[in-house]
Order: sequence, then structure tokens, then C-alpha cells
Amino acid sequence: MQNMLTVVANTLKGGAKINGSRVVVSARSFADLTPQASFDIKRCDLHRLDEGPSVQTVLTREDGLRYYRTMQTVRRMELKADQLYKQKIIRGFCHLYDGQEACAVGIEAGINPTDHLITAYRVHGYTYTRGVSVKEILAELTGRKGGIAKGKGGSMHMYAKNFYGGNGIVGAQVPLGAGVALACQYQAKNEVCVTLYGDGAANQGQIFEAFNMAALWKLPCIFICENNKYGMGTSVERASASTDYYKRGDYIPGLRVDGMDVLSVREATRFAADYCRYGKGPILMELQTYRYHGHSMSDPGVSYRTRDEIQEVRGKSDPITMLKDRMISNNMASLEEIKDIDAEIRKEIEEAAQFATSDPEPPLEDLCNHIFFNDTPFEVRGTSPWVKLKSIS
Amino acid sequence: MAYLRSILRSGKNGVPAVLRREFHRTLPAAMQVTVRDAIKEAMDEELERDERVFLLGEEVALFEGAYKVTRGLWKKYGDKRIIDTPIAEIGFTGIAVGAAMAGLRPVVEYMSFNFSMQSVDHIINSAAKTYYMSGGLQPVSIVFRGPNGAAPGVAAQHAQCFAAWYGHVPGLKVVSPWSAEDAKGLLKSAIRDDNPVVFLENEIMYSVPFEMSEESQSKDFLIPIGKAKIERKGNHVTLVSHSHVVSRCMDAAAVLAKDGIECEVINLRTIRPMDMEAIETSVMKTKHLITVEGGWPQFGVGGEILARIMEGPGFGYLNAPAVRVTGVDIPMPYAKLLEENTLPQIKDIVFSVKKMLNV
Repeated sequence: MQNMLTVVANTLKGGAKINGSRVVVSARSFADLTPQASFDIKRCDLHRLDEGPSVQTVLTREDGLRYYRTMQTVRRMELKADQLYKQKIIRGFCHLYDGQEACAVGIEAGINPTDHLITAYRVHGYTYTRGVSVKEILAELTGRKGGIAKGKGGSMHMYAKNFYGGNGIVGAQVPLGAGVALACQYQAKNEVCVTLYGDGAANQGQIFEAFNMAALWKLPCIFICENNKYGMGTSVERASASTDYYKRGDYIPGLRVDGMDVLSVREATRFAADYCRYGKGPILMELQTYRYHGHSMSDPGVSYRTRDEIQEVRGKSDPITMLKDRMISNNMASLEEIKDIDAEIRKEIEEAAQFATSDPEPPLEDLCNHIFFNDTPFEVRGTSPWVKLKSIS
Repeated sequence: MAYLRSILRSGKNGVPAVLRREFHRTLPAAMQVTVRDAIKEAMDEELERDERVFLLGEEVALFEGAYKVTRGLWKKYGDKRIIDTPIAEIGFTGIAVGAAMAGLRPVVEYMSFNFSMQSVDHIINSAAKTYYMSGGLQPVSIVFRGPNGAAPGVAAQHAQCFAAWYGHVPGLKVVSPWSAEDAKGLLKSAIRDDNPVVFLENEIMYSVPFEMSEESQSKDFLIPIGKAKIERKGNHVTLVSHSHVVSRCMDAAAVLAKDGIECEVINLRTIRPMDMEAIETSVMKTKHLITVEGGWPQFGVGGEILARIMEGPGFGYLNAPAVRVTGVDIPMPYAKLLEENTLPQIKDIVFSVKKMLNV
């Protein structure tokens, strides 16, 4: 029934566009498509675990299209950010996520909205999967009042319910995430906290302090290392004595996952969440992934790796292409509807960019607000003793 | 009786407690409570009042606190609310801030604020700045407490005063109590505050008993953060101080009173936001200002007060340039003679007052 309505709607839509005459958009009805299929996924390398996630997973058409749509939205949003940065409309730091979409989308698919998540500064993808609109993300990047942090945070400081940013200090988010997990345990609601960090951050001492306390107190924390092979301009071999990041939790069980395959990530996340949700303690996941852009917009990304390498990953392992090919070759989606989704996303991103470039900057009156929460208004010293500004909670 | 109790409780600190107690015994019938017990009472009452409050730090539970401040709390509240941490300051501070972001109300104890230097990134970047950076989406309700500044014989790495360091940061509230009443009322306010508060105690003061008014015995007794207290009224010179040095100002004032010089002693209580109004009102009356602190002179609390006096209405009332009495600009030495001469002594305060007043 749903499919029939979709066909009719599409047909009418198509008709309205072309001079009033009816044009049939799709020659084939969606009722022909496979509602779900089973896929083989790579076996994970395991550390201190007898069993790992299943090597087979079932994907429904509905989920598949949703993952596709989400990944494509993140991809297009990041490319738009690239464009806006080059036009100098976005300033400062901008760390793009294109190439790594399967991680954010797969993780979100493996946890509940009531679970918690925290990551570092390569955060736009997670901000989207955790529920913030593209409009609010781009407007935050352009520093406008319609941004999710009212323009006061910028690229690295976006927050939402059960999403704690967005953290600029490498590694700091890991103890913070363990703390969120402590709160989950304390409040006894069977929630977990997903705490992400990169291959560069993996050598931070505070991460090992967090591992120790998480294991000691059996905190419901899923530590996830997004290994995109480069910490800024330093390859993993040049930074880490051990590049088996999934083993570096030592006494914490770990698994290494293909981070370019959204289904692998989803399955592994489900496995990890199951493990630590009910009191077994923390678990560690390494997602092997890749970023197409350099470390940030000020890094062309080719002085420490070859263009050939980037091209090869794009050609052979792109997460969005992989999912699309899987769905089409298994008759789970048609090329036309994929194209439609792409067109819708393009439109959404354009509109969001429009908003992000036309929305006004936060007013000067907002300068000193939000210093303290739930506090009486107070005076703030301006740039000289005669300038007295006001701060409101 | 209270006298005996304070000696027994304070152990090695008993001698200074005796000397100081002589001054603070006022009305015979009032209740005497040490600063240590006042801090503990504050935490006990707030733990009872709000399920979300919990304590963490090194040795706070089983050992009952390195300075016995948390004695009895773990027995009463258990593992969930009083948490012993490994020696991992940056780790457990980050964990506490994360827990605060997720809605709990942690009280982090540093065995000494000198160890907080390891955690300063979390105090400032993860706690202080977050409400602002998030445009008001993410408050962080947390208290960082522990002994700050000088303690007898602990030498350079364990004796630094961090009032100026933390006082520098927007987004933090910084409190520095002196008396038992200060400690109790301010800590309760700090715990109830929805923002990050740095609570600077002092080991020298832990064993000192103070008279606690009946009002301050109430479970809802709060002292507002940001308001100074005039501990002693006077007309000739304003002494502004915080933490253990207030005791020395009071002692110096007693000495000066014998020469007919009446000092007004202001106990700052809060470093940030600082109560400039109280200082200015006093300066307008006395026309002379001396700030007295244990911390280093350069970029210190006194420097800030003097700058603000220059920029504000108080300047026009001064009959002499305001000065700062501070710790000596050196790392804290160990030998007793050297250590004594590194902090402002009573005679240094007396000397400075007389020099300023030209007597």
C-alpha cells in the first residue's frame, strides 16, 4: 500500500513539472523490489572476546534507504562546507568527515536515541545523526544566530540532547564520555555512552586513565577509535608503537571493524551495546575508516599521503557507493529512487546553505550572555573600564 | 572542652590552633566548629538533600579523606555516592565533568590544588567554557574543592596558591572561605550552584574552631557567592584579604589597635566574582587600602583589586597609593625560618600599615 502511494505521488509530481502533461516517472512499481535481504559482512578481529558480532546481517529496504539518505546528506553537507570555507564564509577550523559516513550512521543505527554520544572535533556528521538539522549545523559553521549554538561555538562546539559535542582538545572527550557513562550507571536507566576518539588521540594519557576507571567501575562505556590512518599529518606507523588500537584497552575487550561498511559498523555497535549495557563494563571498538579531505580545511591532505591512495579508497571502498550497489544489485532499490533521494538532498543542502549565508550574525547584545546557567544577570567588564556590558543566563 | 577536642582532632596542627583560638573565642556559650567539620557538614547536608550530588577524589571514602575532611561520609552514604579514585587527576576530573554534563552534581576533591594543575584543561576547557560555547545548551554543575596555598613544611610543589590562576577565567566561580561559617555557607551555595565552582580551602585553617551562629546551624544556611564580609570595622585603613591570611590581618589589627590605629578588615570570601562594592565603600571611608594575600605578587589577586580601584570611584578617595602585601616572589622553601619569611607575617602587615599612614 505504501509503495503504491509512493508510485502515485511520484507520478503526479513528475506530471506537475512538465507542462501539466502526465509523465510516468518509473516504469516499474516499487512492489517489485525486495523488502529485505541478508548480507555477509567481514569477520571482526577480536581481543579478549570469545565471540564477535555476527558475520551475516539482515537489511530492510526501509533501513537501507534511510542509511543511504543519511550518509549522502552528511557527504553533501560536508562538501557544501568545503565550498563555503573556500569562499571564506566559514572561518577558523573546519574538519570534514567525508569518507567516514558509515561510522556515524552505523553507530547511530546500533544504539538508541536515549543512549549518549560524545566525540572530538570532526563532528558535523555526528551532530546530524544525533538529531540536529543541516540548517542549524551550517548556520553554526557560518557563525549565525540560527546556528545550533547560536553562533557562539563554531565547528567544534555543537551540542544536542544526549550529545555532548564537539570537543576541541584532543583526547579530553574520552574521560568526559566515561563520566557520562558513570551518570548512566548512577541513574540506572540501562543507557550507554559511545565515546569516540581518533588514531591520533589514542596516544593521550588521559584515555588510559579513563580506560582504567571505566574497567574498574564497570562503566557502560563503548570506546570507539575511528582510525582513519592519519593523525593530522602523521601516519599511524609514525605515531604509535602499537597500531592495533582495538587491543590497546589491554584488559578491556576489543574488536576491529571495517568502518567503511555501514552494516559492519551497525552490527558491531549492536554487539558492543549489548555487551556493556547490562553491567559487563566497557568495551572498545576500532573502526578502520578513511577521510577524503585533509585533517582540516587548511590541510590539502596530500603532503603525507598520495593522491593515488585517496583515489583508490574512493573507487573501491566508498561507503555510500557500497551501500547503493548492494541495494541495487539485490533489487532492494531502483536507480530512479536513488536519484530522487539525491535530488532531494541536494535541494535540502542548498536551502540550508541559503539560510546559513543569509541569517544574521548573533546580535552584539548577546556577546556576554550564557556565561552562567540559572543565575541573576551581572555586569561584565568590556574592553575598557568605561564599557560595562551585561550577562544574562 | 571544645579546646581539648580541637587539640585532639588537629594533631600536628594543634599548636597553631591553640595560638589562634585565643583570639577567636568570643561568647562562651556559642557553638565551636572547626573549618574541617563545617566543610563536612556542608557536604553531608547537600548529599542528603539531593540524590544527584556525589563526591569523588583520592582517599575520600575508605581513608576518610587525606585531611579527614570527609570522615564518616562513606560509612553513611556508601560506594555509589562517595567514590575513591585512582591517582589520575586528569582522568577523574574529566569523568566528573562528563557526569555533570549528563545531569549529576559531582564534588571533586583534590588532595591539594597543586595536583589540579594536571586537570586544569578539564576545569577550564571542559567545564568553564562549555555553557558559553554551546550557546546555553549545556550547563555544567560541578564543584572542585581541596586545600590551596601554603601549609606548614610542605615545600615548593605543594604550597602554591591558585586563586589568581582560576580567578582569571570567565565561566568559573572561585570561592576562598576563611571561617567555619564561610566554609559551610559557601560550600552549600557552591554545590547548589548550577555552574562550575572552584572552592579553595586551606590546610592551616582545617583545625581552627570558630563560633557558629544558631542561624548557621540550619540545613538551609547559605552564604551568597560574590559577597565579601567585613570581619572588623575600622576607620583608618582597609585591609582586604582571603583565606588563612585573614587571620593574620585580624591579629595585625589587634596589634595596631594598641597604637590607636583602627583597621577595617575585609574577608573577600569570593575571588570571582569579586565584591568590589564592599572594597570601594570601605576605601571611601578609610581612604587607605592594603591588600594582603599569601599568593605571589605578579598578576595576583591584589594586583586585580588595585587595578579596579584605579579604574573606579574609589581612586579619588585615596590619600595614599594603594599597596599589596603578598607572598615573596619565590617558590616556597622548606626550612622553617625561610618558610616563615616567605608569607606575610603579622609584623609585615603592621609595618605596611604604619608606612602607609606615615606613623
